[in-house]
Amino acid sequence: MIAIIDYKAGNLASVSNAMDRLMSRYLITNRLADLDQADAIIFPGVGHAAPAMRDLQHNGLDTWLRSTRKPLLGICLGMQLLYESTTEGPTETLGILPGRLEKFDATRQKVPHMGWNTVDIQPGKEAHPLLRNIPSGTHFYHVHSYFAPVTAHTVATADYVHPFSAIAGRDNFMGVQFHPEKSGKAGEQLLRNFLDLVYGGMRTVTA
Amino acid sequence: MLAKRIIPCLDIKNGRTVKGVNFVGLVDAGDPVELAGRYSEEGADELVFLDITATNEKRKTLVELVRDIASHIRIPFTVGGGIRSVEEISALLLAGADKVSMNSSIVHDPELITRAADRFGSQCVVAAVDAKRTGDSWNVYINAGQKDTGRDAIDWCREVAGRGAGEILLTSMDRDGTKSGFDNELLSRISDVAPVPLIASGGAGTIDHCIDAITVGKADAVLAASIFHFREIEIADLKQSMHQAGIPVRL
Repeated sequence: MIAIIDYKAGNLASVSNAMDRLMSRYLITNRLADLDQADAIIFPGVGHAAPAMRDLQHNGLDTWLRSTRKPLLGICLGMQLLYESTTEGPTETLGILPGRLEKFDATRQKVPHMGWNTVDIQPGKEAHPLLRNIPSGTHFYHVHSYFAPVTAHTVATADYVHPFSAIAGRDNFMGVQFHPEKSGKAGEQLLRNFLDLVYGGMRTVTA
Repeated sequence: MLAKRIIPCLDIKNGRTVKGVNFVGLVDAGDPVELAGRYSEEGADELVFLDITATNEKRKTLVELVRDIASHIRIPFTVGGGIRSVEEISALLLAGADKVSMNSSIVHDPELITRAADRFGSQCVVAAVDAKRTGDSWNVYINAGQKDTGRDAIDWCREVAGRGAGEILLTSMDRDGTKSGFDNELLSRISDVAPVPLIASGGAGTIDHCIDAITVGKADAVLAASIFHFREIEIADLKQSMHQAGIPVRL
């Protein structure tokens, strides 16, 4: 079972719909006991970082997330919260990945960055399990105003005036800035890759 | 690179897709979920659903339809038609819509834009503007194009962006249904003053019209209904031509 973390940071319908389409069992939850039972974690989220962090701390989820060894996929705000801090607030975030989020410069481009943008795989990261059957240059649907820096943990970048981390990973932790659940076939492939990574292709589907 | 978008628009009445035939009547054009799926497979980047139902049962039906659409399609979609309150917006977003578009209601109550943007984020809030040329300028019309507000369309677009709208859906009433091309002069002037993405609507008849809306009108996206409904233009052909014209698109 995949646990989709429910922490009052926006709308989970699109992620759970995507899990339904992939016929994956999931539970939307904020209970630590459920997370302990899960095979893997999807950490979604839209909205502001500060209230999201407060809700995670209130439920003890921040500590749990930092120490988990289960495969974890952060989506959009969920990815951003994996970093150390963000200028949104400013807010101290989970610190699983090094780096600080910055806001796009609204004098240089329209903010939020919204729409289908190409995602380019970093040299040497082509074999990342999330990228199976996803060529460099594939379009994914983005909606965000803050962006993660390009670091050693960057798996793929997107460019909106300057490059930023579109996919990042460290050990069991993975994050995507875009919305795979809204990114057509390519997004579905990425989510399928995550499930395959969790279940080793031995996934039992529920019809 | 950020792609320019192609957005088919579906008119919805009582839960079914309808299309106008020669401006007289509406004919049933099938199940919106099925049509949405077809467009999504053919390469549409987003979809817009415009509910033209005028009954008390409307909201409930629309929320159910949005839930059904969201469970089936994998691309973003916008819902519009008579939305007047933050509560209605909330219900539609929770059912799975990515954005809502509002037209007459924000003219009556411009603060609604700000309330919605503060609560849900600007990226959810689309300001739909119907404009008609009046001498040297363009006026904003409401109530499905029936009523001239006397407001200047360019000023209004600047205002909605300032109040927090994340996107402007601009329909030229002069061009709507004519298939004579978009009003690129108006689009370009709005693009210059409103710092948010601009969707061109009204007048699509050929592939070149769509290309001109982006290169001349400086639009970020092109919306059309009948050319896609009646398969006068295939989305794949349109995108291929845009690509050849040097416009970034998602192929």
